[in-house]
Amino acid sequence: MSVQDQTDSTDTPIRRLERAETEWQRVSPKYIVVDVVGYVIFGALMTAAAFVPFWVGWEYGFILGVGMAVLFLLVIAFTPRRVRSIGYLLREDDLLFRRGIMFQRFVAVPYGRMQLVDITRGPVARALGLAELKFVTAAASSGVLIPGLPLETAEQLRDHLVAVAETRRAGL
Amino acid sequence: MSEQRDEPQGEPASQPDPATDPEAAPAATHGISTSTDLADGEWHRLHPATPLFRGGIAFIVVLGILISNFRDRAIDFFFGGDGDFDGEGDPIDFIVEQELVLVALLALIGVLLLFIAGFWLSWRMHTFRITDEVVEVRSGILFRTNRKGRLDRIQGVNVGRPFIPRLFGAAKLEVSVAGNDANVQLSYLHSRTADALRADILRLASGARREASGGAGAADGAGTAGAHDLSGMLDERVSEFLAPELDPALAEPEAVLRMNPGRLVGSTVLSETTIVFVLLILGLSVGIAVSGELFLFVGFLPAILGLGGYLVSRITRSLRYSIASTPDGVRVGFGLLSTTNETLPPGRIHSVRVSQPLLWRPSGWWQIAVNRASRSSQSGAAGQQQTTILPVGNLDDVRTVLRLLLPDVATDDVMPVLERGLTSSGRRKDVTAPDGAASDGTATDGAVPDGFVNSPPRARILRWFSQPRNGFAVSDGAVMLRRGAIWRDLTIVPFPRMQSVSVRQGPLLRSLRLAAIQVHTVAGPITPSLGALDVTQAMELFDTVAGAAIRSAQSDRTHRWRSGSGSGEAPGEAAPVEPTLERTPGAEA
Repeated sequence: MSVQDQTDSTDTPIRRLERAETEWQRVSPKYIVVDVVGYVIFGALMTAAAFVPFWVGWEYGFILGVGMAVLFLLVIAFTPRRVRSIGYLLREDDLLFRRGIMFQRFVAVPYGRMQLVDITRGPVARALGLAELKFVTAAASSGVLIPGLPLETAEQLRDHLVAVAETRRAGL
Repeated sequence: MSEQRDEPQGEPASQPDPATDPEAAPAATHGISTSTDLADGEWHRLHPATPLFRGGIAFIVVLGILISNFRDRAIDFFFGGDGDFDGEGDPIDFIVEQELVLVALLALIGVLLLFIAGFWLSWRMHTFRITDEVVEVRSGILFRTNRKGRLDRIQGVNVGRPFIPRLFGAAKLEVSVAGNDANVQLSYLHSRTADALRADILRLASGARREASGGAGAADGAGTAGAHDLSGMLDERVSEFLAPELDPALAEPEAVLRMNPGRLVGSTVLSETTIVFVLLILGLSVGIAVSGELFLFVGFLPAILGLGGYLVSRITRSLRYSIASTPDGVRVGFGLLSTTNETLPPGRIHSVRVSQPLLWRPSGWWQIAVNRASRSSQSGAAGQQQTTILPVGNLDDVRTVLRLLLPDVATDDVMPVLERGLTSSGRRKDVTAPDGAASDGTATDGAVPDGFVNSPPRARILRWFSQPRNGFAVSDGAVMLRRGAIWRDLTIVPFPRMQSVSVRQGPLLRSLRLAAIQVHTVAGPITPSLGALDVTQAMELFDTVAGAAIRSAQSDRTHRWRSGSGSGEAPGEAAPVEPTLERTPGAEA
């Protein structure tokens, strides 16, 4: 550890954001495919764009292109872990959502704050029977977007959320 | 019951619909709750001069320009021309030569009639009504628009008096409803009607039953109702124009905060804009002196005029600034020639930030901004959006305004914590009176027990100067985030208005065992977030805030802030003496 710490360096220090809850609802493993397909297409386009300086005659330009390709390969390689890290938990009065390993994020949204629930399905996700559920509050930054839910689960979850939000309705 | 007292009722000139006039005066004296009869659920029309104020002024200006262009010709005509007026190629000469005078006059009259008919029709078609549930406006001749705002979603009521309508005793009333540009505008109304209607709308929105409020002070209107000859009307205009910005009957003097003009000028002089302005002038003078090219000045003229105009308007707009506690919420008013005042019902403030620019620190001035769920089309004091509640004030003013805005949060118990959130550097020398409530969590990492849980010393790499100060405190009603050693600010988010909370950690923060927290509120100038907190403390704060948000949302009743009060209690409830009275839903429930 580069920075020394006087108080609790004797214990094993907690570095990561951890929570006591273990019974997280995870998203479908099939979502890995959706994510990978998306990143492959996007990565291919970006890599092609990064090779443009090389093709127009800058001899070290290939470094850009190769760098971009490696970056996207890394992103794709970590996709399974990243997808496994996405989870949500329906607690008594709020929805807890987590995602990310390298960049962790936890969000807690009281059900009563719900403004609407969106279900969207992209072409790849639809082919695999998946859907994406977005929980919208009055704050744009809440950002609760649960991807990779089987359509049936997504619809059940939506109905459940609408029902509990109705019983806990609050002002703005 | 100040909302009745300050409005003369049944004054015929203030009733757009003449048919209802005979009923108006007796109704008021019999103590019907509404002090105007506009909020009775029926359709009403606006001020008859509305089209003139809305677009007709431009029409008159065009007419004036035309007339002034023909001035030379008129002089020529009436005073027997000396022939020095050169009418070569003039359209009027052409018309006279071609003997089209009659046709031209007919066309002119036709166009005028068309305009007048259009104005009249648009006034006829522009109607509004206010029921117990909604405020609704219908307008448009060919393209009809119909806009409804739900009263329980009201975020504020704004009464604006632009200069020229104000001369004619008209005002526009804007009901802000949650959402971007989701406001219902009633422009224009008679000046007094606007104030009375504001009180009516807020009373209906408050959920207090119609018959609940008594008709106290209804007789006050009798004095002015009779004056209807021309001189009486003129007197009325003048007295209305010279009247204080804030009606003294509306709020108790001790619940009113006014702007100190010297402080306003000083704060404007000590602002970043002024520095840019001065630097620009200096650079320009040097540039001109060195190059000898005077025309450099011309290039910078727009920038200088713009900046200078901004500074002047900032001062003039805020000069007659006042913030006061009224029975139906906090009233913020300002403006010298064009005046605006806005009433924010309880529980419409989503977060509050008290901040201090570096240059203001020697004089101890602060600024208060808020996040609100609605955006008003009218700009606020100091030319900013209506999110700046206090353009400049000292610590006492900040205390007063915080008590007004967040009476549930800024209680006497919490006030010392809030003050330390503003001024304490978090270092030991600054903490003079640590209080007992500060014991939770502050013992770790050698932190100073000043009521805030601060960043650990290892966060110094990320918060070079502010590490000892960078922290949070949680009270019963709100979470307080304190940041910045050079540009100090304190953000307060009341739990009943909080939308959600998140905690996050990237690789850099993880290597230091830190995490960042963000409290989500409606969009606005404030983003309540705090970085570089100890990872366990951040997670504890996350849980605390998430739990408190649920509890407070369940007990919050501010969308109908007086619905709990029965008819018997209503008069006492509405007394403006105690500003915290309306904001205690827990006591009523």
